[in-house]
Amino acid sequence: MRTLARTAAALLAVTTFAGLTACSPPEKETASTGSGAATATGAADLGGMDALVAAAKKEGQLNVIALPPDWANYGAIIKAFGDKYAIKVNSAQPDASSQDEINAANQLKGQDKAPDVFDLGGAVASANVAKFAPYKVATWTDIPDNLKDANGTWANDYGGYMSIGYDSAKVPAPAAVADLLKAQYKGKVALNGDPTQAGAAFSGVVMAALGSGGSADDIAPGVDFFAELKKAGNFLPVDPTPATIESGQTPVVIDWDYLNVAQGAKLTGKVQWKTVVPAGAVVGSYYVQAVSKDAPHPAAARLWEEFLYSDEGQNLWLKGGARPVRAEAMQKAGTIDATAIAALPKAEGTPVFLTEAQTTKAKEYLAANWAKAIG
Amino acid sequence: MQVPDMNMATVMDEEDLLAPVPRVRAPRPRLRLNQVRSLLGTLPFFAYVTVFLVIPTLVVAIGAFAGDGGFTWSNVAALGNSYVLDAFARSILLSAVTAAIGAVLGAVLAYALTTAKPGGPLRRVVTAASGVLAQFGGVTLAFAFIATIGLSGFVTVFLRDELGVDLYSGGVWLFELPGLVLVYTYFQIPLMVIVFLPALDGIRPQWREATESLGGSTWQYWTRVAGPLLAPAFLGSTLLLFANAFSAYATAAALISQGNPIVPLQIRGALTSEVVLGQQNLGKAMALGMVVVVAVVMTLYALLQKRTARWLG
Amino acid sequence: MAGLRGRRARRQAAFRWSVLAVMGVFFLLPLVAMLEFTTRGDSGTWSLLADWPRLSATYPDLAEGIVASLGQALLTSLLMLVLLVPTAIWVRLRLPGLRPLVEFICLLPLTIPAIVLVVGLAPVYAWVTYFLGGSSLTLTFAYTVLVLPYAYRSIDAGLSAIDAKTLAEAARGLGAGWFTVMVRVVLPNIRSAVLSAAFLTVALVLGEFTIASLLNRTNLQVAINLLGKSSATMSVAVSLAALILAFVLLLLLSLLGDRRKASQ
Repeated sequence: MRTLARTAAALLAVTTFAGLTACSPPEKETASTGSGAATATGAADLGGMDALVAAAKKEGQLNVIALPPDWANYGAIIKAFGDKYAIKVNSAQPDASSQDEINAANQLKGQDKAPDVFDLGGAVASANVAKFAPYKVATWTDIPDNLKDANGTWANDYGGYMSIGYDSAKVPAPAAVADLLKAQYKGKVALNGDPTQAGAAFSGVVMAALGSGGSADDIAPGVDFFAELKKAGNFLPVDPTPATIESGQTPVVIDWDYLNVAQGAKLTGKVQWKTVVPAGAVVGSYYVQAVSKDAPHPAAARLWEEFLYSDEGQNLWLKGGARPVRAEAMQKAGTIDATAIAALPKAEGTPVFLTEAQTTKAKEYLAANWAKAIG
Repeated sequence: MQVPDMNMATVMDEEDLLAPVPRVRAPRPRLRLNQVRSLLGTLPFFAYVTVFLVIPTLVVAIGAFAGDGGFTWSNVAALGNSYVLDAFARSILLSAVTAAIGAVLGAVLAYALTTAKPGGPLRRVVTAASGVLAQFGGVTLAFAFIATIGLSGFVTVFLRDELGVDLYSGGVWLFELPGLVLVYTYFQIPLMVIVFLPALDGIRPQWREATESLGGSTWQYWTRVAGPLLAPAFLGSTLLLFANAFSAYATAAALISQGNPIVPLQIRGALTSEVVLGQQNLGKAMALGMVVVVAVVMTLYALLQKRTARWLG
Repeated sequence: MAGLRGRRARRQAAFRWSVLAVMGVFFLLPLVAMLEFTTRGDSGTWSLLADWPRLSATYPDLAEGIVASLGQALLTSLLMLVLLVPTAIWVRLRLPGLRPLVEFICLLPLTIPAIVLVVGLAPVYAWVTYFLGGSSLTLTFAYTVLVLPYAYRSIDAGLSAIDAKTLAEAARGLGAGWFTVMVRVVLPNIRSAVLSAAFLTVALVLGEFTIASLLNRTNLQVAINLLGKSSATMSVAVSLAALILAFVLLLLLSLLGDRRKASQ
């Protein structure tokens, strides 16, 4: 009797499981079905910008993911977009990594909470091109060719250089990466994440490599630098957050310059947070924008891209300390925000951008040696 | 006079002399219907659990064996790598230590509560506080601990300036396993209080009085009367604490930002790393490994239950 | 005898207060640290927090998260009580052979970290969203599963302390049906256990973050986390306030549990 019950239960479980995972629920009729926005590769496909705006307003919502408000001024960008087009922006998972964004797109596929657009690191973007819908914004030609995909599947959006942010009341200004090994920085230096997991921390190690005699092809000196930092007792294995910076738990943070600059601006009067890009060790990286192929609000997603690459959007990023991808074209046309661009931290030396081959080599080295170095 | 040997053999021999007793078969159909009715009573629970727990577990389990081209053993084989085994060992050690500390200290605190007035304010306040703190974790708990006992926490500063004691002379232990043990006990103790208190409440004061009136000491009371009754609940609660610490993720993620010393952090790395890609199914294999570990611990717990029942019973 | 009892009562009181003092310091220190951080400088954090209209205007996501969490706490407690308590008693009394299976199932949610559980829950929630919409209240189903380990352990501890089998047999011998046995004989004796289970449920739902976040839904902790990105002091203050709110809720729950006893 018990075996009968048990086998019956097992069979039931297996069939339900097979049924559930094999078929997903049927598609629901939404405002976007029939508008053709899901396959539009440019505003012209929908009949011009006004038609795109109308379709987006009809959808009424936009799902963004992994956009913290203090990351490259996204808080202001989201507010500006929402106010301008009366579209409600749902910002989910601000702490998410690029891979989390793809995971969310996979897990929430077909639901109205799935992400509409992505802001990804280069590595994750290259690996998931099949999930993006090609779309070329109105200002597509302004974007340098090496910073976009020829088919319009993705484009770089903003970038920055790796920097050292520090509380000038607690520690002296570090001029070079090697300064961080001094005794005044004992128990104070934090890295934004684990380099084998987070893109920002990965670039931090590259910066340390450049500042310790290494190069884009050889990041071993960078890993050795952190091992030495740990031995000297200067390395703080805490994840720096706005709370830890404000409370003084992480007086020195290695992170993107736009993030450190934003913290400094937010904490004026409470903490004297300054940002410096070490001379001769300038590591740069751009992030990638893409529209999701299964976006629940395709017209709003495309309008968001248009907004981000418009002069207004690019200048908002600039205000957040990030270097927008259309900066050169906007400088030529005179539409760039002059005060903002003058306020960016000075970067002395040629910026180094890692190629895909160099990134892969560096990743392999890190995966094999980081845990040992940091212990 | 010889006392007859009353062993089984004698009894059996005697039976042969008796007339054979006809065996009456129990009415089978009614028994089966009764069992079916009993099982039906649990149907809502099992149906719910199947949909919302068993199926997700199966999805993860199947995912552990999935590869680029269908079924593969590579993910489960990767569990044999030294860094994965080390992570499992550390996780089990961490969970066992915090479960033991939490169980003992929590039981002591729960007992202290039972000595207070049953409906009184002290018990209410402490039970409510325990309920809240048992689920307090994640980024906020890590922040609170760093603010208290971190490198520039006020307790650290106080000890350094007033008493000359440097907590971190031996290294930054707060962000390694010892720190995790300290932070985990913060929610393990209240959890023990909450789940163990109902068992302590079941101890009637009359039993204490009865023991005393029969001349028993406090030690005998605890080892012969209260102990055996509380042992199953105590072991069960310790098991819960173990599983709670084993799968705790948010607090560890907030406290340890470098490296993945324990299994939940390894799983996080496999599922969400944006530098080393393509490890999703390895993450699921590790989750399957965790289920296996807990199943093993549960079997040990069941064996231990039977044993203690025999020793103390 | 009275002297012995009086001595023991005094010893117990001393023991009780010393234990509470030591534990109290351990548990209060981190909370004091949080409070100290939020009251640094002249940020006006607590005055904003006390002003609900201004708060919900400045931080609308937070108000949404609080309301969602309260709804989830209520629904999860109800679902847990309706699903788990009868099953635990039923299994204990009539199907003791199933106890190991039920125990394992009730420990399973704890063996899988939330980040992996979401991977498995995603296809199930695709169907839930299809039938019931994408509201954050549908997280109740996942939360009831999450709370199973704690609630079951609590109820089981309560059941093992009373001799449920004898009670049931006595009641059945007097002619009671199974429903009467469960509701009027066993349940009142495990009241404290059921209340503990309800405590843990409310506290768990108010403190849960990972599953709500990974399914892109909102609740209190998700809102606090988002708030932490714009204002650190505010998010720590709200966390502290949420702890106090949960504490008050649980106190009320315990008073409610007792009032029913008085009315019987």
